[in-house]
Amino acid sequence: MSDQTNREVAIEFLHATFAVPGRPALLKDVTLPVKQGETLVLLGRSGAGKTTALKLINRLLESTSGEVRVEGRSTAEWDAIALRRHIGYVVQEIGLFPHFTVERNIALVPRLERWAEDRTRARVRELLLLVGLDPEKFMKRYPHQLSGGQRQRIGVARALAADPPILLMDEPFGALDPLTRGELQQEFQMLQKRLGKTIVIVTHDVGEALLLGTRIGLIESGELAGVYTPKEFLRSQQPVAAAYAAQFRAYKQLEGGA
Amino acid sequence: MNLVTFFLHHQGEIWQAVLEHVWLAGATMLLAVAIGVPLGILVARSPWLSKPILGSANIAETIPSLALFGFLLPVPWLGGRADRLAITALTLYALLPIIRNTSAGIAGVDPAVRESARAMGMTERQILFQVELPLSLSTLLAGVRIATVLTIGVATIAAAVGAGGLGEFIFRGLAMVNDQLILAGAIPAAILAIAADLGIGLLERRLRPIR
Repeated sequence: MSDQTNREVAIEFLHATFAVPGRPALLKDVTLPVKQGETLVLLGRSGAGKTTALKLINRLLESTSGEVRVEGRSTAEWDAIALRRHIGYVVQEIGLFPHFTVERNIALVPRLERWAEDRTRARVRELLLLVGLDPEKFMKRYPHQLSGGQRQRIGVARALAADPPILLMDEPFGALDPLTRGELQQEFQMLQKRLGKTIVIVTHDVGEALLLGTRIGLIESGELAGVYTPKEFLRSQQPVAAAYAAQFRAYKQLEGGA
Repeated sequence: MNLVTFFLHHQGEIWQAVLEHVWLAGATMLLAVAIGVPLGILVARSPWLSKPILGSANIAETIPSLALFGFLLPVPWLGGRADRLAITALTLYALLPIIRNTSAGIAGVDPAVRESARAMGMTERQILFQVELPLSLSTLLAGVRIATVLTIGVATIAAAVGAGGLGEFIFRGLAMVNDQLILAGAIPAAILAIAADLGIGLLERRLRPIR
């Protein structure tokens, strides 16, 4: 493989397979490069293997055959702790520590990395402003004192805290009401443009995939069924992609007709 | 002589016995927490260790207390001093609730919280001390509370092997068929147990994780 293309690839799945003994494989022979600065959306049904694919990237799971490379190095060669601190991770709101204030939640990775205290504090303020929350008002609150949308913003701020070049998001807006979800998706789009991170998002929401993805990877029963740009996705003849596209169009039509 | 004047008359002795009792129970609880919490963590971490550890603690719990004191009497270093013997036996009793609640507390931590801690790049040790233990503290303390109340009660039997404490009055009272003597041991022991229960209960509620 040439050095030139290699440098542009942030994450690369190479025949990555994940199976638990005695059960059908959760992920089968997935080969897929993720380019630096792109937003790849993994779209598929619940249980299709999207989250498994995501967890292979930060080694919450290890591929049983094949490999996943992050910045050219197989995750098996990375020190797992260093790898994870290099990659931000956002899950449906529940991942915040209930016994930590907002400030301590966001400052988690900087403190693990032993940043100077004033640098950490400045970073927490900066991040709260970035996700649109007033630092004075929110720093000392606990997660249970926040709304779902606010918790999700804190989750994003925490993942961005140590400025990781890669961001993984597992159904990040899934638990939110539709209005808040729309707001956050739009804000996230702007953030994305500003920060230029490599992002992998898992979702089963086709609208979200089309809105946020520069490319969409379609996952069906553990296999990668195709990779498309949003435009290609809407025109695709692949049956599952076509079904998603039809669903999306029906929804749009309803909107247009109203 | 009514009970109040009896208590006033024997004030000195009763306070002495209360102090001995607190020493027995206090030393026992320090030991039991120091041993039980790490064992509880081990049980939560490795399911294959949970059967032997919980099994042994369970067996210790089923031995009648008087018999346990008797069994330990011929053990070389232990048999040498009555309080040593008593504290060892009492610790064996106190272990089970502490081990069980520690492991239950850790097992009860939201898996999503544990997973996000791993995903943030926390080491196993950091997850244990910064996430799992703080979040299971109130469950752990509930175990300590049960064990403390149990210990204060069973410690009265330590008097049978000459370890002192409030049991002295009870055994003497039984031998002399003197109700007032029995009560001189039983009432302070009950008050101690209730105080410990309330005190630790208060701490437990204060440390209950916020949902």
